[in-house]
Amino acid sequence: MVKILKYSLFDLFRSRWTVIYFLIFHLASWVFLYFGNDLHKGMASLLNMTLILVPLVSMLFGVIHFYNSREFIELLLAQPVRRRDIFMGMYAGLAGSLSLGYACGIGIPFMVYGLILSAEIFNFFSLIVAGIFLTFIFTGFAYFISMLFDNRLKGFGLAMLVWLFMAFIYDGLFLVSLLVFREYPVEKLAIFLSFLNPVDLSRTLVMLKLDMSALLGYTGAVFQKFFGTNSGMIISISALTVWAVLPVLGFLGLSNKKDF
Amino acid sequence: MLETRDLKKRFGRLDVLKGIDIRIKSGITTAILGPNGSGKTTLLKSILGQVRPKSGEIYFKGQPVSGKWEYRKEIGYLPQSSNFPENLKVSELIRLVEDIRGRGDRKNHLMDIFNLNPSLGKRIKNLSGGTRQKVNLLLTFMFDCPLYILDEPASGLDPVAMLGFRELILSLKEQEKTILVTTHIMGLAEEIADEVVFLLEGKVYFTGALRDLLAHAGEYNLERAIAEIMMKQHGKNSEIQLV
Repeated sequence: MVKILKYSLFDLFRSRWTVIYFLIFHLASWVFLYFGNDLHKGMASLLNMTLILVPLVSMLFGVIHFYNSREFIELLLAQPVRRRDIFMGMYAGLAGSLSLGYACGIGIPFMVYGLILSAEIFNFFSLIVAGIFLTFIFTGFAYFISMLFDNRLKGFGLAMLVWLFMAFIYDGLFLVSLLVFREYPVEKLAIFLSFLNPVDLSRTLVMLKLDMSALLGYTGAVFQKFFGTNSGMIISISALTVWAVLPVLGFLGLSNKKDF
Repeated sequence: MLETRDLKKRFGRLDVLKGIDIRIKSGITTAILGPNGSGKTTLLKSILGQVRPKSGEIYFKGQPVSGKWEYRKEIGYLPQSSNFPENLKVSELIRLVEDIRGRGDRKNHLMDIFNLNPSLGKRIKNLSGGTRQKVNLLLTFMFDCPLYILDEPASGLDPVAMLGFRELILSLKEQEKTILVTTHIMGLAEEIADEVVFLLEGKVYFTGALRDLLAHAGEYNLERAIAEIMMKQHGKNSEIQLV
């Protein structure tokens, strides 16, 4: 698996897209820091950008990468290599390089701005963790979807639908359901629902740490009240880990039955 | 060396393999022949584990291969389409495969035969179809394996490369390697094959020595014999349709 990971990384570092991804986060961080003139506010703005852009790019890039690696996969399948190792190597290479682009993209400006000396370093760390989780989760989704459909158009369509749903539509449905059931004690329902969306979970994770109650939103507030900041974070990280593992198990299962 | 028992595969509504039983003997060359769409490539891909058969079993050296991967160490496979990762250079591609399989002992010898040295620094996407096929041959034959599985090995080769390829196969035959090959070039099959498996619509129509196939069809060369069988079959089908 390590050899495949190596070549996958090698190939990705040469492609322009990883560099563009890095530059986008790099520039955005500078802009937020320059105009906000405050680490804390800069992080809050970056969080919102992370929650939308990281899943979108991981999804798109994952689907494109999988369909474009068809030849690579065929070549490797004829070699004495386990199927699982081929797809795990490719997946880890892609999610790893995107995570690196993200972490360096926002890390460098904040470091230069004086992050290490400030008390914000741990909050910043939670933002990086959330971004990396989202990268691995949505790259996993992308692999699962493209393994499911040989037709690129279908693959792209479903990937975009899943992203739209997780990033926007889910929140709307969430609010509506809370409104409809406002006569009842909905806290438990709210907590349950927030586990079902990794984007929501990541927001809660960072917000708990940033301690911006105004931005916590309903779920965050309930989370904090229910679990307290520390166990709330542990629980959301565990749930995110489950979210990261599920699509991987899914695409490994599919890959075992697939014809190439 | 290699055996399939009642191998079946269907893609959607299409039955591609309808119960294939073949035995490939050790140390000889077997040609798998048949018209387009008769299931040749699907059969080879099933043997390699790229296609998962619906039912049936494949045995390599007496062991079932289903779900295994180690046995591929002993197989050199030449895929039909030489689609390689486009952004890699030829030298990088060779290194990648060597990284997985170990050093390719015959690499330099094959590079001379197919005159590949000038292409080493080029990216795959800039190579012509014939040169890609030469790279394909190099990647297959640079390793010493007891079994070679070749899917349309001669497609796109120029006469010089074709000559080199023939000599290569003949020398492998002398070393008593087992070779399984599909080709549409009947002259090539006639020259290198000891045995023939003839597939027709996903079933084994004939299996045996080359000369027996000729006798069976009542023809003196393979091209005519195959054409004769295919036309007979075609005639049978159209009769059925007419009725």
